[in-house]
Amino acid sequence: MTTKSNELQASDLKRLSPARDAVAAARRATPSLEDRAAAKGLVDVALATMDSPIGELLVAVTSKGLVTVAFDDDDRDRVLTRLSREVSPRVMEAAAPTDGARRELEEYFRGQRHRFELHIDRRLIGPFAGKVLRATSRVGFGELATYGDIAARIERPQAARAVGRALGSNPIPIVLPCHRIVGANGSLTGYGGGMARKETLLRLEGSLL
Amino acid sequence: MSGTEGGLPPFQEFLEANRATVYRFLVVAVGPQEADDAFQETFIAALHAYPKVQEPAKLDRWILAIASRKAIDQHRRASRHPVPTAEVPESPSRGNPEPSDPADPLWAAVRELPPRQRVAVVHRYVLDTSYGEIAALMGSSEQTVRANVYQGMKRLKELMR
Repeated sequence: MTTKSNELQASDLKRLSPARDAVAAARRATPSLEDRAAAKGLVDVALATMDSPIGELLVAVTSKGLVTVAFDDDDRDRVLTRLSREVSPRVMEAAAPTDGARRELEEYFRGQRHRFELHIDRRLIGPFAGKVLRATSRVGFGELATYGDIAARIERPQAARAVGRALGSNPIPIVLPCHRIVGANGSLTGYGGGMARKETLLRLEGSLL
Repeated sequence: MSGTEGGLPPFQEFLEANRATVYRFLVVAVGPQEADDAFQETFIAALHAYPKVQEPAKLDRWILAIASRKAIDQHRRASRHPVPTAEVPESPSRGNPEPSDPADPLWAAVRELPPRQRVAVVHRYVLDTSYGEIAALMGSSEQTVRANVYQGMKRLKELMR
């Protein structure tokens, strides 16, 4: 290199820009971006996480209501991609629109709420699962029903297995209480979020000692 | 961005994938004091238009095109702003890297550049973007971009002599 050592080099420009930790620097700007975006009505699906006795929960809320609750071992990319395709690609972290849903869930986990009053967005629920989950929603806090009970209540008495599958893909667990449905012999059988979570929820509700 | 074959990724994924680059661009293109605001305006504009994006494969170019327009607009509005001083975002505890020295005379020199030169120089030498790519995202010809970068660097060298 024959350039004079004190002449400005193109690479000198880089010293003005944050390099490696630029992500962290940019992240600082994000909370106010979330607030502004939500206030302008530009967030069609607002995301927030919250702690709970069954692990961190991802809560997704649209203008119509709560659309998804996901557990921390669910594949976050898949959950977001599904929301993007089936609701709107404007899926974004924004705490404020989720406040009401998170508050009701916190009250539930503290044992102070036995019924959810929040609005539900049923867009991710198909017609059959919709029937199943409506029937399931009539099983109250502290009560249990069997898959066969639910099948009978939707007038498909032979469909206990299909009921199980519909509950397994419930996009709004806890709030649409698929955890209250157990096997014919009273065994817990399965749960979309894993048996440990089902047990914890049923203990919290006093259905299980 | 897994599992999005051709479709639009969730905006959150797009934001996470691009925020560092956009922020690095804006810090130099509009200055550290204005960068947060320009960053927000860039992504707010992106949210407005996002559902109608036609080419999901080119989202990274698309967001830098928006950021470039914001930088040029902001620069015009704020062209008489002073050199960044005390309020450079620089508290290391919050994760900002080796804060660029606000007293660095290079800031003053960069501020002297006309907006399109400044933006072109930042794309070329901060983000190492090719001339063809810069032309595409700035909506000008490659020849114009080369001239912008050349003149911008020439001016910077004079100012830094």
